[in-house]
Amino acid sequence: MTFNDEPPERGTPLPIRPGHSSAGRLERVLRAGNFAVTAELSPPDSADPEDVYARARVFDGFVDAMNATDGAGANCHMSSVGVCALLSRVGYSTVLQVSCRDRNRIAIQGDVLGAAAMGVASILCLTGDGVQAGDEPEAKPVFDFDAVSLLRAVRIMRDESRLLTGRKLATPPRVFIGAAANPFVPPHDYQVLKLKKKMSAGAQFIQTQYCFDVPHLNQFMHEVRALDLHKQVFILVGVGVLSSAQAARWIRNHVPGVHIPDAVIERLERASNPQDEGKQISIDIIRELRDIEGVAGIHVMAYHQEHTIAEIIERTGVLEDRVCWYPERDSTQASVSASAK
Amino acid sequence: MYRARLWSVRHARPLEAFYQRVEKILIRLHPLFERIGYQRLEQPVAATEKVVKGFLFDCRMCGRCVLSSTGMSCPMNCPKNMRNGPCGGVRPDGFCEVKPDMRCVWVEAWKGSQRMREGASIESVQIQLDWRLQGSSAWLRVAREKSEQRLVAKTP
Repeated sequence: MTFNDEPPERGTPLPIRPGHSSAGRLERVLRAGNFAVTAELSPPDSADPEDVYARARVFDGFVDAMNATDGAGANCHMSSVGVCALLSRVGYSTVLQVSCRDRNRIAIQGDVLGAAAMGVASILCLTGDGVQAGDEPEAKPVFDFDAVSLLRAVRIMRDESRLLTGRKLATPPRVFIGAAANPFVPPHDYQVLKLKKKMSAGAQFIQTQYCFDVPHLNQFMHEVRALDLHKQVFILVGVGVLSSAQAARWIRNHVPGVHIPDAVIERLERASNPQDEGKQISIDIIRELRDIEGVAGIHVMAYHQEHTIAEIIERTGVLEDRVCWYPERDSTQASVSASAK
Repeated sequence: MYRARLWSVRHARPLEAFYQRVEKILIRLHPLFERIGYQRLEQPVAATEKVVKGFLFDCRMCGRCVLSSTGMSCPMNCPKNMRNGPCGGVRPDGFCEVKPDMRCVWVEAWKGSQRMREGASIESVQIQLDWRLQGSSAWLRVAREKSEQRLVAKTP
């Protein structure tokens, strides 16, 4: 979708509308009441910008923003700041992921300023996986902030135009602030309060852990609605793509915090083509999510399955007639009409 | 001690009452502490605190005790030092993502908070720690800070 105040030059920020925190497309899309789609981009093990752009292009037209993970699973890859800076340069809408595992308050506040200066409009504040989860378990875990104190820090930087120390910022980072939620792990009856706490610390949007259990999410959303939280925060529910029963089992046993019901695994086992069945499961889940009151969108995390996302989103129809912005979208049309002349 | 720590959460209610009484006494002792000198008291009190709270809560002497807001489950035992609730990696059985043999500190904290009279303070946002305070006495800090706050409140 295009806004009527699009910048003339690609890669320059949109104006910040009254009542908005950021110049980002994600905030625009959500506040306009559209069902938003975000996707996770896994940063490459490379120093070549083209490797980043190639990973972004597979989502062209189907996502409103891309999250660049920050050492996902406690494994080292290109930094989230680096990926977001490259993508912002050509106008893509990005979500900077900040984890508390690897950096202290000095580094993180600096990164928030640097990222905002390079055009990042949305920041997802995470605690992060423990170092034991990754391939460098010998590393020193930092955890100077936790997700909540980090959210508060970013909100203070933006709203009070200062660092935590009180030192003034000449220009604050104009960012839309997000947090994660995992309704699928214990203590279950505390999760909605944790969400509320994150909101009071500064969270404006939420991207949840994978949802493979819609009834469970429904229960959580019921609690969210009971407290009226869905009117004050945009909740994007995490969606995964499973390629086989074996992969599903592996994720369930090795990725912290992922809950996959046996019924889903059995469905994959029974299928003659598990790849297609995996896609169908995602499609079915997304369609169910769309109809849940208070769900503002989906966040697709399809590690190694990124190529399937466009088809899945297309088949669900959740974008209705929207074509999400991407750098070549309007220029291809323009060049076609130009060459016709 | 792990078992004592779990016991403390099970007895969060009486411990809460006990702690509230201790806090009142500490605040009342503020003039005496001032006369002796907080600095001179720091070492012996911190050493005592370490033994007592170490046994009851596996206290890590962060210097900014929040037990009353964490169901009497010390959040510094969380491998990620989470002070505002559990991370997203809690195992389905309520055990820790990082240390599979340990109950999640926050699953315990939630249980403890529900036993407490003022357990709802588990909802308040805890700011990041001042790491300079590590190893220092939280008891003395409470005595001094709360007394000073009262003094400020009383001054017109």
